[in-house]
Amino acid sequence: MEYLLIFISAIFVNNIVLSQFLGICPFLGVSKKIDTSLGMGAAVTFVLTLSTIVTYLVQVYVLNPLGLQYLQTLSFILIIAALVQMVEIILKKVSPVLYQALGIFLPLITTNCAVLGVAILVIQKDYSLMESVIYAFSTALGFALSLVLFAGIREQLSLVKIPKGMQGMSIVLITAGLLSLAFMGFSGLESGLRTLFGLG
Amino acid sequence: MSNLKILLNGLIKENPTFVLFLGMCPTLATTTSGINGLSMGLSTMAVLVCTNFVISCIKKITPDMVRIPVFIVVIAAFVTILQMFMSAYAPQSINDALGIYIPLIVVNCIILGRAESFACKNSPISSIFDGLGIGLGFTMGLTILGVVRELLGAGSIFGVRLLPETCNILLFVLPPGAFISLGYLVALFNKFKKA
Amino acid sequence: MEKIKSSLSNMILVLVGVALIVGAILAYVNHITEGPIRTKAEQTLAEGIKKVMGSSDISVAAPEVVNERIDGKQFSFTIHKVNNATGQSLGSAVESTTMGFGGELKVLVGFDVNGCILGYTILSTSETPGLGMKAGTWFQKGNKGSVIGLNPKDGELHVSKDDKNGNAIDAITASTITSRAFLKAINQAYKVYMKHNKDTQTKQERR
Repeated sequence: MEYLLIFISAIFVNNIVLSQFLGICPFLGVSKKIDTSLGMGAAVTFVLTLSTIVTYLVQVYVLNPLGLQYLQTLSFILIIAALVQMVEIILKKVSPVLYQALGIFLPLITTNCAVLGVAILVIQKDYSLMESVIYAFSTALGFALSLVLFAGIREQLSLVKIPKGMQGMSIVLITAGLLSLAFMGFSGLESGLRTLFGLG
Repeated sequence: MSNLKILLNGLIKENPTFVLFLGMCPTLATTTSGINGLSMGLSTMAVLVCTNFVISCIKKITPDMVRIPVFIVVIAAFVTILQMFMSAYAPQSINDALGIYIPLIVVNCIILGRAESFACKNSPISSIFDGLGIGLGFTMGLTILGVVRELLGAGSIFGVRLLPETCNILLFVLPPGAFISLGYLVALFNKFKKA
Repeated sequence: MEKIKSSLSNMILVLVGVALIVGAILAYVNHITEGPIRTKAEQTLAEGIKKVMGSSDISVAAPEVVNERIDGKQFSFTIHKVNNATGQSLGSAVESTTMGFGGELKVLVGFDVNGCILGYTILSTSETPGLGMKAGTWFQKGNKGSVIGLNPKDGELHVSKDDKNGNAIDAITASTITSRAFLKAINQAYKVYMKHNKDTQTKQERR
């Protein structure tokens, strides 16, 4: 039940993009078309879950026992960068089809702050390995969901006449604001579910 | 390009917040008040100036193929130093407000972007000025956004109350308010830039 | 100076060199900031305890950590026993954590020996800025939702929206959930504090 709560809360209530403001760059940059946003969402889900597992293990079995917590930021970002490279190479060899679909998004992921953000957050929140994996996976799903929704809206937006001063990034930001407002409707869902499941 | 020109370039023509739209995560997340926006901007600027300088100094001894990893290590080092100094000496309230966004300066596209496009091609002194210019532009953007959101959402500027509590529009301190205020500010900035 | 070439040995040399230098610098900075960070954390806590106990002339005993299962989930409480200058017990300051609106809400609350609330302060919160942040002042003495001087012995604290009787507190405008979480943190702290008191008393009597 606790896992289900983490799952729902990470997707809807504390949506990584719309309420935590992580991963805004790809959210604004790669959301012009639904197809590309789906690809990006899938690539992020894959890398984020994988990198969180690795960084979690590094933190617990290497940094903590050696008392090297101050190398956290440095080692995490290097792990993520290396991991992204490796995924790219492996994907190229093993599944050219998948590589064609996700390949162009992979290099962009290193500087996606959602990946590093989640890796640091699960350490801060003192999650267990299982909780971390579920948190990472559902956070990434939340990212993909908001990205696809936003792309859908932007496709429609291109057909609409927009006042001159608002064209470009301005209207995109305001649209994102409205989407974020819609997601605020989910807040409070978590404590409601807690009561429902009798978790207090 | 003279150093003054480099400085102004970052403030207006290539303003990271309103023109280049780089580093949007901290821009939106930490600007719940003027003081938070200002401190985030200054922290980023400190890191940017240091990394620009160091990267420009070591550009000759960095082989091209491992350029990016070396940059990342340098950036992460300065961010960690900043993080430690912040938690040791900065007021607790600012530390709490900026929280996870301090380590996330590492993945701020502005910093890697400047290292790649400016610092590894120019002299250390110009690189410092470039860091100052872009950093000030970023700080300016964050402070303006923070002040606007604080004024509309909490009725005060830098903690000084200007409007009674009944006039507050809470929405502007909440996440949606960040997107909406920045959207309108960008529209305004475009208008002034053309004029 | 010529720019050095991307040969394998050069690349490895530079990467390892940079990593070593950076590691050494970070270790040094960590070494010099470690002390100030710890004193700052201790100071914040000590000031918090002074604030919630409403007295600055106090001596604080070593903190005791109590783990308690509440509604099937493990919670950890830290109790700081406080004596005044002459060694008389003033009560305790208790750190208590609950789930609020958007995450954890951690409060430090001071009780006198009978369990009356002397004061409180918010230690950390991930509540919506502006909304949940108000909890820092809303429940203080003289404000609308004051909890100071109340004793959870007379019934659990709760928001007046849920039940008008007993220890009913006005919730923060538009943040009922945060208010509930806050009051719950205080109720839990009270329970743990009283139970802990009883345990230590029986232990002493047995001796």
